[in-house]
Amino acid sequence: MNIQSLDPRITRLGIDAEEKNPDQTLQREEHWETYQVFHQKKRGEKHSSVGVVHAPNAEMALLFAKEQYARRGETVNLWIVNTRDVLAMNYDDYDVFSTTPEKMYRDPAGYKVNDKIAAYKKAQLDV
Amino acid sequence: MFNTDTLNALRRLLLAMADDHLIIGHRNSEWTGLGPILEEDIAFSSIAQDKIGHALGLYSILYEQLGEADPDTLAFMRNETDFTSCQLVEYPIGEYDFSLVRHLLFDVAALIRFEDASHSAYDPLAKLARKVKGEIKYHVFHASTFVKQLGQGSEESKARMQSALNQNMALALGMFESFEGEALLVQQGIYKGEAAIRTAWLGEVGAIVEEAGLKMPDAEKLEPIYGGRKGFHTEYLQPLLDEMTEVFRIDPAAEW
Repeated sequence: MNIQSLDPRITRLGIDAEEKNPDQTLQREEHWETYQVFHQKKRGEKHSSVGVVHAPNAEMALLFAKEQYARRGETVNLWIVNTRDVLAMNYDDYDVFSTTPEKMYRDPAGYKVNDKIAAYKKAQLDV
Repeated sequence: MFNTDTLNALRRLLLAMADDHLIIGHRNSEWTGLGPILEEDIAFSSIAQDKIGHALGLYSILYEQLGEADPDTLAFMRNETDFTSCQLVEYPIGEYDFSLVRHLLFDVAALIRFEDASHSAYDPLAKLARKVKGEIKYHVFHASTFVKQLGQGSEESKARMQSALNQNMALALGMFESFEGEALLVQQGIYKGEAAIRTAWLGEVGAIVEEAGLKMPDAEKLEPIYGGRKGFHTEYLQPLLDEMTEVFRIDPAAEW
């Protein structure tokens, strides 16, 4: 006797109700890939990563993304990228960034020339 | 600016369009919670909601511009025989294949109607059409993407799409039933006319069907299922109306 659920999606899986550890192997069509969704709010602005959808291909992913991530608020465009195509760093290598916060000289706010610019601007106003 | 005969024809056109959208919207909302996958469940429900919105827009024109009853009364208080929706929209949701193909056939026609209506000589309709045609363009994108996917999928999905298409076709042709005074509206540039919409529809549906790898039934050999525009319905409409109006009828004057 298979599990008869009020949710037809569960019933359709044909899981034996008696079996202790049902075979959970998914077929290719059932095991979809994930796609990263990038949302653009206004033309000219950057596309921002907003989340993920499961889909059998990019076109379907775009369709699902429209509902999941563009159902409310403003949108002018969406991008879809197969998660497989994202080249990511390894978290084990996070130590390459560990000293970055100390490098204040790379922070434009730390430039000494700022004082000179401020003085020049003041001088211009005084003229 | 329009004479009485033209205004009456305009009422018939708007009521038929509004009733079609209300009934298909209600039908498709029955998929909420039962969609084949979560994302599609949300999409189908969202599209159904849009349809009710389009019906409201059309009923509002009838109320505000043409002296008909208010939208709630038109939607919830009329008898079955007063509805001029085509029979296609009242059929039960059936299996997902039937609902999906009906969604495609209905929305391709709706897009042609609304795109044409956006240039209508009747301004309130043109304004509404310009506002909502983008939503309908998405509805067609949604339906055609799914139909192409399933038409090119497994042997079973292909067979199901083909059989749903065959099953829907005569009913769908019933969308283009002509009505009294239609020619007046066409002459005055208010709308395209059923025959022209049908021709455009056959071309566009045919292209999608072909791309999906399916076979387009020969429309010329089919007898369209007419009657809906004159208030003749199947046994499926009354139960739908009973359910749709169940809460409203408890207290029609209630404030929501």
